[in-house]
Amino acid sequence: MSTEPEAPAPTPADGPSSGPTRRTFIATTSAVGGVVIAGGAIGGGFLASDEADAAPAAPASRVSLTVNGTRHTVTVDNRTSLLDLLREHLDLTGAKKGCDAGACGACTVLVDGHRQNACLTLAVRLEGAKVTTIEGLADGERLHPLQQAFIDEDAFQCGYCTPGQIVSGVGCIKEGHTHSPEEIREWMSGNICRCGCYVKIVRAVEQAAGRK
Amino acid sequence: MSPQPQAAVGAPLSRVEGRLKVTGKAPYAAEHDIKGVVHAVIVDASIGRGRITSIDTDDALAQPGVLKVIHHGNAPKLPYKDNPASNNPPDGRRLRVFQDDKVLFHGQPVAVVVATTLEAAQHGASLVKVAYDAQKPSTDLAKAKADKPTKYARGDAAAALRSAPVRIDATYQVARNHHNAMEPHATIARWSGNKLTVWDKTQWVVGTQTELSTVFGVPADSVRVISPYVGGAFGSGLRCWPHTVVAALAARVTRRPVKLVLKRRQQYFNTGFRPSYEYRLKLGSNSQGRLTAMAHEMDAETSSYETFTESVLFPGQMLYSTPNVSQAYRTVPLDVNTPIYMRGPGFATASFVIESAMDELAAKLGIDPIELRLRNEPSEDESKNLPFSTRRLRECYTTGARAFGWDQRRAKPRSRREGDWLIGMGMAAGVYDTARMPAQARILLNADGTAVVDAAASDMGPGTYTSQTQVAADALGLTMRSVTFRLGDSLFPPTPPHGGSMTMASVGSAVLDGCNQVRRQAIKLAVEDRESPLYGVEAEDVVVRGGRLHTKNNPVRGETYKSLLSRNKRSHLEAKGSYAGPAAKERHSFYAYNATFAEVAVDATLGLVRVRRMLGVYDAGRIISPKLAESQAIGGITGGIGTALLEHTVTDHRDGRIVNANLADYLVPVNADVLDIQAIYLDGEDREADPLGVKGLGEVVHVGVAPAIANAVFNATGRRVRQLPITAEALL
Repeated sequence: MSTEPEAPAPTPADGPSSGPTRRTFIATTSAVGGVVIAGGAIGGGFLASDEADAAPAAPASRVSLTVNGTRHTVTVDNRTSLLDLLREHLDLTGAKKGCDAGACGACTVLVDGHRQNACLTLAVRLEGAKVTTIEGLADGERLHPLQQAFIDEDAFQCGYCTPGQIVSGVGCIKEGHTHSPEEIREWMSGNICRCGCYVKIVRAVEQAAGRK
Repeated sequence: MSPQPQAAVGAPLSRVEGRLKVTGKAPYAAEHDIKGVVHAVIVDASIGRGRITSIDTDDALAQPGVLKVIHHGNAPKLPYKDNPASNNPPDGRRLRVFQDDKVLFHGQPVAVVVATTLEAAQHGASLVKVAYDAQKPSTDLAKAKADKPTKYARGDAAAALRSAPVRIDATYQVARNHHNAMEPHATIARWSGNKLTVWDKTQWVVGTQTELSTVFGVPADSVRVISPYVGGAFGSGLRCWPHTVVAALAARVTRRPVKLVLKRRQQYFNTGFRPSYEYRLKLGSNSQGRLTAMAHEMDAETSSYETFTESVLFPGQMLYSTPNVSQAYRTVPLDVNTPIYMRGPGFATASFVIESAMDELAAKLGIDPIELRLRNEPSEDESKNLPFSTRRLRECYTTGARAFGWDQRRAKPRSRREGDWLIGMGMAAGVYDTARMPAQARILLNADGTAVVDAAASDMGPGTYTSQTQVAADALGLTMRSVTFRLGDSLFPPTPPHGGSMTMASVGSAVLDGCNQVRRQAIKLAVEDRESPLYGVEAEDVVVRGGRLHTKNNPVRGETYKSLLSRNKRSHLEAKGSYAGPAAKERHSFYAYNATFAEVAVDATLGLVRVRRMLGVYDAGRIISPKLAESQAIGGITGGIGTALLEHTVTDHRDGRIVNANLADYLVPVNADVLDIQAIYLDGEDREADPLGVKGLGEVVHVGVAPAIANAVFNATGRRVRQLPITAEALL
């Protein structure tokens, strides 16, 4: 995997001969500030083998976005969702894949401050965007008040929907949809919790919103 | 319990793994960072029954990044030895992936595409062209031929029904439900020579280990299964499903670590489900509501290749005092994949039917539903002629009635209205058997006074990490912080499946045993050590608190584990804890109970049902972790709201396709559906059940929820709906 903070982006138009090899296009990631994100988890360095390298490259694009305060310039397969970029390339597995179809909310992240289903968002559309995931909420060791409220209220069991619930709750509070339990329930209904912790999720959001 | 002070057990503690979960750092199956991993996507059969005539993989293989397409035409033959130590149904032959050209159900895996990226694998899978010789599948429970029934009888139910002055005869239908845990089933498989490691979503690492070992014909100790976090399962992780074999097979063929995550749609036919039932129940009673007969006939779906059965018969045999009972339980083989246990398996289904019928009987006789149940409360388990270890169902009724305001319920249906809304109240009893199985745990007390406890258990959400730590902390006399409980690794001492509400009783008893042993070792060391302030003290007079051993009567006289071990030059103390399971011949009948109450509002013109509030009162033995137990109950009730009003896997009988295999069309409760849920646990313990005195929680909290809601709907509207889910259409 190469890092190329300032190098010109290889584009699909470059063609197979001059364009990126699989090693570079799969998850070429660089982070401003000298931090190289371990984006090769999908096996860029592993592909010594013939059959993969023999095929032409899949269409890819280069995009720069900021995730949890760290700027990344990545060349990604055009089909890659923001969720898969986070989970498979940037080693940020906090946002979860529950349905991959925008129906469950487990992948909820903030994009430029707004709640968004990362599974329905193509990564290449995010040029210049600021993305906040569950990993970006705590201030060092100090949890975000809503993270702490989830622990205090026991607002989760298996924990799989929890990152999406919490990020969604942060959005809900920011949007001001926390005037009553009814309002919280309505505005938190895009996030399914199959363990059935809704009663406590509402309490946690209330607590963090300062209503309790 | 042990003679130790109980500081952690019974305290409302937060989850020990909470911080990991709220920061997104708890690694679930697909999130383990395995170097060089490639991606696999399964190709599903698009017919409901038949055979594959050809598979064209050229387009898929031409895709950049696609490494291999594996199917029955090129897959290695696998041994698929029998695996009795599993949750595979004993009758039948399990699905053998890519071993022949047969298609047994719609969605069966017919090929797998392995590629360097997820995108390439997904696209590749869509390009595999499979041709079939299709037959019309049989997927309709109502039209298919049933197997021979499993029967139970006591007395003469038929004769008693004929002479009964009051009779109920009704047929109920329960829809197929899918677990739909938020985490999709996923496996990462890696071979090193003949050794296989899998990171898997499972409720039983030991079961997955034996399955992979028998399928691939390698020794069990060559297979390691790792599963530290499970994103919900509710039963779907009790078997090792074909996709886990597919992942391991793909890893073997490609000689690379392979990650396979089922798509949400694929959960509906690669993993099991709660089977649909048609259940006819006849009740006979005298004019005072005293039951004289119950006759149960039930048909339940299973697959054509395996006979799945569950504990649907018990409630009909032991919940109420009835001299004459007959039961016939028929499985109906269909061209579907095999069902599996789902929360409150069998009991939840039977309780919907029995508790609805009891409500019908109460209405017919004009007796209060609680009073009717009290009149039929048995003094012993009439199916076994054994006393109940503990049965506090009467207390559940009275406590619940008081707390819920049952006296506000109007006996006459459809007599309370608020604007457009008809208001009603209903209740039901719930029961689930207290299962226990042998388990082991390893306890290591370090010289620094910290301890590590290992067991191959699982925590799909109920709080195994926390509650086992509580048990260990008290038995060792350590703070919660000083104890680390580890689970989800087949290298750890074996435990039973994390299901059937048996983890606390089984694993917890093994943990308790091992910690008691270690504590006693330390006490023995101290009282026999001339250098110890405890020298010469009777061992039973020593307790340990906060890592410090001291005499019961004089806390000043003592020393810490740390000083004791260091002076004796011991790097650690250790023990293997074990629990042998219940006695072969039990002298009691063991069940957990509840009374569940519901208040609903039904829109008189639209038929929309809103559950306004619910209450569960539980007789579940000792509660180890009250804060988490409350969450369990609230969650079980929330799931029950789904079963009652929303959940229904719909099959198109023309081709066997599931038409709502996604979370937009398979409806589950969302936040706005759940208003007010309360849980009350009766204080107490069951000394006969197991060393901890627990009776299990996770299942019983779900049982009785659907009938409580159905009965409330009847009270609100006067309409008796005998099909789950209760939809608006049924109320119009």
